[in-house]
Amino acid sequence: MQVTIRSMLTACFVFSALLGTGAEAVAAQKKAPKKAVTQVCNPDPRGQILALSCASCHGTDGRSVGIIPSFYGKSPEYLEAALKDFKSGARYSTVMIRHAKGYSDEEIRMIAQYFGTVWQKNK
Amino acid sequence: MSQKFSRRDFNKLLVSGVAGSALGIFGGVRPAYAAQNRIVVIGGGFGGASAAKYLRKLDSSLSVTLIEPKATFYTCPFSNWVLDGLKNMEDIAQTYTVLKNKYGVNVIADSASSIDAAKGTVTLKSGKVLNYDRLIVSPGIDFKWNALEGYSESVSNSKMPHAYEAGAQTVLLHKQLLAMKDGGTVLICPPANPFRCPPGPYERASLVAHYLKEKKPKSKIIILDPKDKFSKQGLFKKGWEKLYPGMIEWRSVATGGKISKVDAAAMTVTTDFGVEKGDVINIIPPQQAGKIAVDAGLTDASGWCPVNPITFESTIHPGIHVIGDACIAGAMPKSGFAASSQGKVVAASIIRLCQGKVPAPPSLVNTCYSLIGPGYGVSVAGVYKLTSAGIVEIPGSGGLTPMDADDDHLNEEATFARGWYNNIVQDIWG
Repeated sequence: MQVTIRSMLTACFVFSALLGTGAEAVAAQKKAPKKAVTQVCNPDPRGQILALSCASCHGTDGRSVGIIPSFYGKSPEYLEAALKDFKSGARYSTVMIRHAKGYSDEEIRMIAQYFGTVWQKNK
Repeated sequence: MSQKFSRRDFNKLLVSGVAGSALGIFGGVRPAYAAQNRIVVIGGGFGGASAAKYLRKLDSSLSVTLIEPKATFYTCPFSNWVLDGLKNMEDIAQTYTVLKNKYGVNVIADSASSIDAAKGTVTLKSGKVLNYDRLIVSPGIDFKWNALEGYSESVSNSKMPHAYEAGAQTVLLHKQLLAMKDGGTVLICPPANPFRCPPGPYERASLVAHYLKEKKPKSKIIILDPKDKFSKQGLFKKGWEKLYPGMIEWRSVATGGKISKVDAAAMTVTTDFGVEKGDVINIIPPQQAGKIAVDAGLTDASGWCPVNPITFESTIHPGIHVIGDACIAGAMPKSGFAASSQGKVVAASIIRLCQGKVPAPPSLVNTCYSLIGPGYGVSVAGVYKLTSAGIVEIPGSGGLTPMDADDDHLNEEATFARGWYNNIVQDIWG
């Protein structure tokens, strides 16, 4: 049976409603700037799952051991701005533009929040 | 390979795969919030080792056991570099010491001989039986030895290596290239889709050409391909033209690329257009999911494992997650990077399920660098999300190195390819 656009949208709506990530994300957004440290031990699951793939090129927690830039220890604000600049092409890259275009601004914020705080637990 | 879902399937997937798992109503199997949270991982490659490390890194209360018979794992990525002499075997060797000592993964040097999905047990070759609350199966590929007349495992180990599992096979093919006379012919015979590492055979042709151009410049390479196109085709062809003009000939299915038979004694392959003789013959046979996945009934008619694309849980056996080359992951290619990305997603999902919570919808990533020459790198990138059509690439994202990339860009990608390798192996085994 072929899926119609309408049924896909319905399914996606059911999907997001079921997962409740919309609400979680909004809550995280409201809390994020001032309560960053509290998220270290209990990171937003959506931000975490989005962020983990980045380590394959940039190293675990963003700590690179090679020539690819490290971003371990950077702030969420720095990372968010950098990712948005890659996405727009304002910042030169070979591969990052292709990756950054795969994420919404909200997803970029969540990734930046994850890597911008995860290193603090190692302090 | 793509996987289509009907609306009913998609809703079923959401309800059974996510809500079902979270509520622990696995069609009567074990509850998701089992007391001990014993996770067993079969296979210590890119997928399995990533999952094992990240399970322990993200939740040190879990008991994680990794079953891997090899003490040293040689990576397929960068094994083509060994053929060119750019790397040694030690450079692509990974071990499990850090996973064991730093991350507290219980590494068992054995292989899994059977899985009992109903009882939740894995039996090892030694006879030992392990109980699991959740099982991750990451067995990689197995070759279909009977698919090509005249080819067999013993032929691969003597005359015509596949070199598509790194290790002794890589060493054998390298030795054959070193021993070949100047003016010799190398035949490279990739399989039809889907197969592990889609750009692999073409990076191999590139780096073998680099070696031959320097040491044996009268030689040539013929790629006999049962396909009418291949990964990064435009970029590879442009690079070959520039770096190795006239040295690499690619024959598509329409121009006699499909081989039907090999003769190891005569060192020939038979195509629709005649018989081709090679001094070195590299046969990359058709593939299916690793043996343990087939034996455990985790595969469908395609020979690969259907999974729920949110949690990579088998749609055939609940409680068992299949990742890496063995699973059907929609638009994602069968690559080490993709397997690692899936390993992390499965780790994060299992942790949520063990806590009785709903897993977050994943986003998956792939990046494959290929070297055409030591200072000439190209890549394909992809970001993937889940829709009702399964795992699809996000429109407008990903893609290839631009066709008009200048020398600096290509050189930078070659440098990043090395940087990528250093980081991904550190991220998985280090």
